[in-house]
Formats: sequence, structure tokens, C-alpha cells
Amino acid sequence: MHWQVILPLLLFLVIIFGIGIWTNMRVRQSDSFLSDYFLGGREMGGFLLAMTMMATYGSASSFIGGPGVAYNTGLGWVLLAMAQLPAGYFVLMILGKKFAIISRKYEAITLIDFLKARYQSNAIVLLSAVAIIIFLFAAMTAQWVGGARLIESLTGLNYRGALIIFAVAVLVYVIIGGFAAVALTDALQGTVMVIGTIVLLVAVVIEGGGVSAIFADLVAEDPNFISPYGVDGNLTPLYVSTFWILIGIGVIGLPQIAVRAMSYKDAKGMHRAILIGTIGIATVMFGMHLIGVFGRAVMPGIEIGDKVMPTLTLEILPPIVAGIVLAAPMAAIMSTVNALLILVSSTVVKDVYLNFIKPNAPDAEIKRMSFIVTTVVGIAVVLFALNPPEFLIWVNLFAFGGLESAFLWSVVLGLYWKKANKYGAFASMATGLVLYIYIDRFHQHVFGMHTVTIPVVASLLIFIVVSLATQKYTKHQQVF
Amino acid sequence: MDPRFKIAHREALIGIVLVVINFAMWYGFAYGLGQGDPTDYTYVFGFPAWFFYSCIAGTIFMVALIWMVMKFFFTEVSLEVEDDDECTGK
Repeated sequence: MHWQVILPLLLFLVIIFGIGIWTNMRVRQSDSFLSDYFLGGREMGGFLLAMTMMATYGSASSFIGGPGVAYNTGLGWVLLAMAQLPAGYFVLMILGKKFAIISRKYEAITLIDFLKARYQSNAIVLLSAVAIIIFLFAAMTAQWVGGARLIESLTGLNYRGALIIFAVAVLVYVIIGGFAAVALTDALQGTVMVIGTIVLLVAVVIEGGGVSAIFADLVAEDPNFISPYGVDGNLTPLYVSTFWILIGIGVIGLPQIAVRAMSYKDAKGMHRAILIGTIGIATVMFGMHLIGVFGRAVMPGIEIGDKVMPTLTLEILPPIVAGIVLAAPMAAIMSTVNALLILVSSTVVKDVYLNFIKPNAPDAEIKRMSFIVTTVVGIAVVLFALNPPEFLIWVNLFAFGGLESAFLWSVVLGLYWKKANKYGAFASMATGLVLYIYIDRFHQHVFGMHTVTIPVVASLLIFIVVSLATQKYTKHQQVF
Repeated sequence: MDPRFKIAHREALIGIVLVVINFAMWYGFAYGLGQGDPTDYTYVFGFPAWFFYSCIAGTIFMVALIWMVMKFFFTEVSLEVEDDDECTGK
């Protein structure tokens, strides 16, 4: 046990809990429970929006998995990680004010609300709900595992004990607080992520005797560590470029990110969020992955990739500071998990239950359902995480790809193309999903590109062809 | 059409232009300067030149560009539902 490390972490958790309880008291008094619980009442300003985007996006993969891969791959992996820079500005610019205006007009609270109002199709609602539930389940499992691994390496507890501690801590505050608590704590967690990254990066550079000395060490071990092609030369320009679709521009299709693009208060807030968010994401992605590479020179011989970041922190920094820096991955994981958890439960309650099963459910019942579903989903994920997958980062990226294949075009074309109709959208989503799962299972890296490339391109073509071919059936429909 | 949408469309186009610039710099510097034998690399501020220009200078440039775009090209509009009927035509 490293008590001096654990104390600052515990303090951090107590503050997060405090925020959860405080926002819960406010939400309970509110008369628009659904909108407040799941969307925070569209009250977010610029800083809050930037931080919640960044904290939701930056996850266990950025802090635990990513540095581990960078440690074993070299500078090429930092290059790849920097493809995530557009996530800071592109989503907000593309979905932009039009998405914010239209979601207000439709009174949309979830991404599915938007799709439902735009395409008027129950089939699309159901398909979307299924995609969200399956893939976000996978994404959450990855985060749960990351959180447990972190606590494991801190406390020396076994994996299962660590998992249960982590799960209980996260579940309690998400269940009581809802989205408002999630967004508020995201602001704190985002800040912690940025500061933690900077502190650790500086410490690693000092420990290694300066940037030049570190690069000299890396070249001495294997010059390819500093090549953009990666140590084995398998990061080809084509493969790395197609990663842009997955982790850069395709992020528009992630429901947990898109829902945030409808939750801000005003245009001014959006402008500030674009700038702050880009700086935040750049700092965290650049810093954390570079730390992984530099870690190789500073502390060679760490065998498990996921343990690189915690081990470096514990060895290099004084205990109290280490506790503060380790609050960063904790924050990243918690903020991602809670966003996903809220999204899955809003999908079940709002998009499935209220849509299909009981449209006139009274408020008290909706409240009860929301709490119950959030709890049940949370516990189910813990059960899945009991037997952890080997490589954290891939589970998360698998979920990213699946969601993007399904949602990217139905959202973007639904917003900007008048002729987009429900037949095109449904065909496109189904094609994207089926192709993605098929390629991921049987033909990874077709033609040297990332798995997500072909499903995204194919679903675009299908969308356009089918929409154009079925114009006569939907001519009477008025959009916007 | 809602006049605010015209602004939104222009801003979305700006987003696409930015991402193209972003990609071009990132890709061009990385694979333009990063080819060849890593032992022959030149260094800038201690970093291999390809990495410095692609990932450090390129990122700082993008942040500066975004700041400028926000200041000079993005317009503040109300996002609320407007009651007069100009947007739906219903």
C-alpha cells in the first residue's frame, strides 16, 4: 500500500462525490427531470463544454493503454495519437450551431431523439438503440478494466477487489447525480487530466536528463523508436492516415460526444469550447503518449504496457505528487464511464421505454426507471469486466469504430442534406454495422487500412444511392 | 431557410478546411522529413525534426489558427427556437 499516494486520490474522490450529491439535490427539485438528468438542462458554458468533451473523449486508452503502446512502439505512436487533435474542434464545428438549433426545435435530449425527429422511423430508433447498447457496453468494459488495473497497481489488491472498489465508487455518484453531476465533475476531472499530464511529462524529461539525452538513449536501443514508422515499421502512412477517420473526424458519429454538441448554452460558449477543448486535447494526447516513449529511456523493462504510466508515476514523483498525477487517469476513466453509463440508460429509458413501451409514463416512474436502469447496466458491466480482455485500447477502439460506422452519416447527412431520408439512413446504418463487425472479425487491416475505413465509405455510398432512389416515398416530408 | 443556417453552413465548411490543413501539415512533415535512416535525422530543440514540425509546431500552429478563426470568422447567433414561422414553413 502506498498510503501517501492514496490519500490525495481519496480526497479527489470525496470532492467528486460532494459535487454528485449537491447536483442531485438540485435535479430532484427540478420540474424538467429528464432534460436535467440526461442533459444538464442545456446550461453549459464554454469551459464546462470543453472539459466535458475532453474528459469524455480522453479515457483509459489515453492514460493507461496509449502510453503503454507508445512505450513499445516509439515516436510513431505519438504521431498517430496526434490524429486526435480534430476531436477538439471538428465535432463542434461540423455539427455546429445547426445541430444545437435543430435539437432545441425538436426538443431532442439524446442523439436518437434527433434521428427520430429527422427521419420519422421507428426502425432507425431501434437499430440505433441496439448499436449504442452493444458498443457502449464494450467501451465501458474497457474503462472498468482500466480503472481496476490502476487501483490494482496502487494498492496491491487483487484485480477483482480493485474492480469492485472502483465500480462502487463510480456507480454511486453517477446514479445519484445524472448528467449535471457528470458535466460538473468533468470540469474538475478535465483540469486534473491536463495538470497531471504536464507534471508527469516535465518529471520524466528531468529524470531522463533532458530531451536530447533521452533521444540518444532511445537511438542506442533501436533507432527505429524515433521513426514515424514505429519500431517494427508497421505503422505505414496509409494505416496511420486511416486512423484519422477513427479517432479524428469520425468522432462526430460517437453518440456520447454528439450529445454534448447539443447541450451548450449559447454560441459564445461554443466558440470558447472549441479553443479550450483543442488545447486540452492536444496537451493530454501529446503529453501522455510522449511520456510513454520517454518512459522507455527512463525506466526500461516494464513488461505490461498498461502498467507503464502508473509505474513511472510511482517511481519518479514524490508520493503526494504521484497521488495527484494518478488522479488524472482516474478522472479520465471515471468521466468516460459515467458519460457512457448515462448514455446507455438514457437510451433504454427515453428511447426504448418511453417510445415503444409506455409513452405516457408519469414523472415519478421515469425517475425510478432511470435510477434502476443506470444501476443494472453498471452492475452488468462489472460482471463482464471480471474476466478482462488482453489489450484495453483495442476494445475501446473497436467500440469507437462500430458507433462511427453506424452514426456518422445518419447524423451528418441528416443535418446537411435535404434529400437524406429514412430508407437511406437505415440502409447506411445497417451496412456500416454489418460490414464493420464482419471486417473486424475476419479481415482486419484490409488493404493495409484501418478496419473502420471501408464501412464508413460504403455506408456513405449506400446512404446516397438509397436516398436518391427512394425520394418519391418521402417527398411529402418536411425537414427543418 | 432559417438565416442562421447559412452561418452554420459556412462555419461547417471552415471546419473542413481546417481539418484538411491540419492533416496536410501533420502528414507532410512526418513522412516528408521522417523517411530514411533514423540515425541520420536532424534535431530541432532536441526533438527529431519530423516530430518537431509535425506534432509540436503543427499543433501550435493549429491552435493559433483556430483562435483566429474563432475571433474573426465565427458569428454569435441565438440558438433558441424562434417563434415566428420562418423556419418550418408549416
